Amino acid sequence: MKDPSPSAQLRGERPSVAAAAAAASSSSTSASTPPGAGMEDKAQASPATPRELTQNPLKKIWMPCKNGLPENYISQRKVCMTNCPTLIVTVGLPARGKTYISKKLTRYLNWIGVPTREFNVGQYRREYVKIYESFEFFRPDNEEGLKIRQQCASEALNDVRQYLTDEGGQVAVFDATNTTRERRETIIQFAEHNGFKVFFVESVCEDPDVIQENIVQVKLGSPDYTNCNTEEAVEDFMKRIQCYENSYETLDEALDRDLSYIKIMDVGRRYLVNRVLDHVQSRIVYYLMNIHITPRSIYLCRHGESELNVKGRIGGDSGLSARGKEFAKYLSQFIQAQGISDLKVWTSQMKRTIQTAEALNVPYEQWKVLNEIDAGVCEEMMYEEIQDHYPLEFALRDQDKYRYRYPKGESYEDLVQRLEPVIMELERQENVLVVCHQAVMRCLLAYFLDKTAEELPYLKCPLHTVLKLTPVAYGCKVESICLNVDAVNTHREKPENVHVSRMSAEALLTVPAHQ
Amino acid sequence: MSQKQTKLTQNPLQKIWVPRMNSKLYRRRGSSVPQFTNSPTMIVMVGLPARGKTYISKKLTRYLNWIGVPTKVFNVGQYRRDATQAYNNYEFFRPDNEEAMKIRKACAIAALKDVRAYFDRQEGQVAVFDATNTTTQRREVILHFAKEAGYKVFFVESICDDPEIIAENIKQVKISSPDYIGCDKEEAVADFLKRIECYKVTYVPLDDDKDRSLSYIKIFNVGSRYLVNRVQDHIQSRIVYYLMNIHVTPRSIYLSRHGESELNLVGSIGGDSGLSPRGNKFACALGMYMRGQNISELKVWTSHMKRTIQTAEALGVQYEQWKALNEIDAGVCEEMTYEKIQEHYPEEFALRDQDKYRYRYPKGESYEDLVQRLEPVIMELERQENVLVICHQAVMRCLLAYFLDKSADELPYLKCPLHTVLKLTPVAYGCKVESVFLNIEAVNTHRDKPINVDVSRGPEEALETVPDHI
Repeated sequence: MKDPSPSAQLRGERPSVAAAAAAASSSSTSASTPPGAGMEDKAQASPATPRELTQNPLKKIWMPCKNGLPENYISQRKVCMTNCPTLIVTVGLPARGKTYISKKLTRYLNWIGVPTREFNVGQYRREYVKIYESFEFFRPDNEEGLKIRQQCASEALNDVRQYLTDEGGQVAVFDATNTTRERRETIIQFAEHNGFKVFFVESVCEDPDVIQENIVQVKLGSPDYTNCNTEEAVEDFMKRIQCYENSYETLDEALDRDLSYIKIMDVGRRYLVNRVLDHVQSRIVYYLMNIHITPRSIYLCRHGESELNVKGRIGGDSGLSARGKEFAKYLSQFIQAQGISDLKVWTSQMKRTIQTAEALNVPYEQWKVLNEIDAGVCEEMMYEEIQDHYPLEFALRDQDKYRYRYPKGESYEDLVQRLEPVIMELERQENVLVVCHQAVMRCLLAYFLDKTAEELPYLKCPLHTVLKLTPVAYGCKVESICLNVDAVNTHREKPENVHVSRMSAEALLTVPAHQ
Repeated sequence: MSQKQTKLTQNPLQKIWVPRMNSKLYRRRGSSVPQFTNSPTMIVMVGLPARGKTYISKKLTRYLNWIGVPTKVFNVGQYRRDATQAYNNYEFFRPDNEEAMKIRKACAIAALKDVRAYFDRQEGQVAVFDATNTTTQRREVILHFAKEAGYKVFFVESICDDPEIIAENIKQVKISSPDYIGCDKEEAVADFLKRIECYKVTYVPLDDDKDRSLSYIKIFNVGSRYLVNRVQDHIQSRIVYYLMNIHVTPRSIYLSRHGESELNLVGSIGGDSGLSPRGNKFACALGMYMRGQNISELKVWTSHMKRTIQTAEALGVQYEQWKALNEIDAGVCEEMTYEKIQEHYPEEFALRDQDKYRYRYPKGESYEDLVQRLEPVIMELERQENVLVICHQAVMRCLLAYFLDKSADELPYLKCPLHTVLKLTPVAYGCKVESVFLNIEAVNTHRDKPINVDVSRGPEEALETVPDHI
């Protein structure tokens, strides 16, 4: 969440107590307070009565109000990631995984709620120079080429500035080779001028097999090589890399000791981390140190159909229906047929996922954080009952399903925070089957498929269907396997009328059929 | 493959579903988070004296135990002190002192033996081997030992050449060491510096090239730079993350509960009520107290519950709301008094008294769950400097247990009364606690463990220790 004063934000300042106090006092007389961001002893008297609180009906967050209306309020619901925007700058020769890292990191940060965008300078170059001829464009003595590349970098930085300053972005990933100290210095100046923190991510790799695999996976399919055959493309790209090699100045322990960076060596065998400044940088480092590129698959599925599912009720902790048990058997056969070595199986701590896993006859781990979303007062209700007892809540949920928190329950937004350790561990692991729940599966899927907060709560995760996710190139291949055991549909689409004043019929229009 | 579907039964204490038959598949003790270690891990410290090895060892051990990974420190210096009665002077550590070398080696071997016993017989999962381990040979001995026994090894090397940091170290923890009882400060410092010189002669740091197949982290100058090599598994990854987030900058952490709430007054647990009039008074008093502390850059954190936020509001400064700081979820018992719980759920009430740490309320949480939920809060507290955390009884007990290294058995009974601020200041290897009661009366919400915890007990026995309320 951002502070109210954009200029203060830019300078990396925290809002002063004076500002907060000025916004705060509704009933008290505010004495003039000296500026300062701390709790230094002041002559100021504390407010006579604390501000009234009101609970935001959507998210159930308590905030101060005046005359029953929420005040201009500065409170962060999650940990403060950073007090000023961050510019992540990749460094490395071509085919070292910079774009892979950029995209993955961007996806992760957005998923945990940090608005992030990547800016790939190569993309700017492709738009400028419509047709890529050959590696000669990248020759260090190609003045025309150099001018264009410089221009593209500047344009990208401009867009970065706009994103971080005007569009509410918190992190920008500047994806380019940035292999010379000179180029990096330019970026540092740019960042200082605009009040951004800089964090470098350098990828160093000399393993010819890894580089070859990179080229095969992502370079051959690049727009630059649409009209080339494989051999030509590889040859040209290798010469392209050579163009950079002579002027490459790696981040140096001595010369660059005041910079903040992580140097990733040999695809994660080794890391050098220097001067991590704040929380978001610490999280980035942790994430980068946990990801790998070993081929593997992640299987996501829900528990088998449960007794409450059949009755159209949400939540609860019921067991499997007869069809659900059937599914568990089929799941076991499916998993066996996949022939996966060393498969890890994870479930929640709810009966229905554990029953499902039991049928697989392999060891499994229970995670409480994989439990279904807590529907609070609506637990075990049918949608019809929720409409009946809590029509306002039901409408609010349809208005903003991602941020809506059930009374005494959770929101999808809460779920994502809760699931972050699962994602981190999924990144560390190789072949994993996660047997979970509808809302949980939507959150996990949204992470892998880079879905927005708006799309996430409406992702289709039907019962008795396994999603097999296999990382490929810059993304994830999804295979949907329906195990051919009938089950109720539990997917409720967003109805047309989400207004509080709507009729019951309108609210219940999209409720799927049940007993 | 068995075609029968195994029946599940729910363990009454932790509410964990387990197969009724003694299933080989269900191999892990119940908890909310899987334990990702299969083989025991030895963490081996490396570094010259006064580089913070023992500080790191103790802190890391405290953290791992708190998150539920049984961990123990084996400090070879301690073995040496037990073996050779009186420490005379640095000459003991001279590399040409053969007699002493023999003793020191024997101590290391004895410590390794105890590591094995800890893993084999006491169900330990991580052992921190705290010694200088500055030579390749010594590290080889350890690697060989671990390989034979099937333990993983992760080295933590601390490298520091900042004379100020080293001087501060010596001042904080060496002068008061048993080795220097009865010595005057200057003598102790001089002797210790000579001791360091003895090690420098033979010190071989972990080598980028020669040791490239080892798993380790090198910490330079108290954390400005790290080199991490070959992290093997989950626990090593968590250890690295933790080590990269801690710092030694002096600061204080203030823990406090919200002011007395309306539900507190009537003896009800949980819920989301507002402050009572006395609670409001406390909030103002808290504001005054914190201002008196004169802290620049204080962070204030609250939960998402009304009573902590109301308390923070009275401070008149920015604060951050953390859902993770919410009070323990009492599930079906939310907003009940203990009397009511005894009436409606006497068995649950008894189970809770039998094992308060692991007991999970039906449709609620356990202290064990709380700790997992609070781990990111602890991690962020380590990163931060001066912080005031306004939270709840069970939550505060968990946080306090982390800072004061309390066991799972002690944790749920730690005294965290209303209207009392605990000021924690890291000092030497631990934490200094100042308890500040802000002089505003409040109900007592602390219920001690009653004598009879058996399910068959009578209501009076169960309610014996319930504190007074309206």
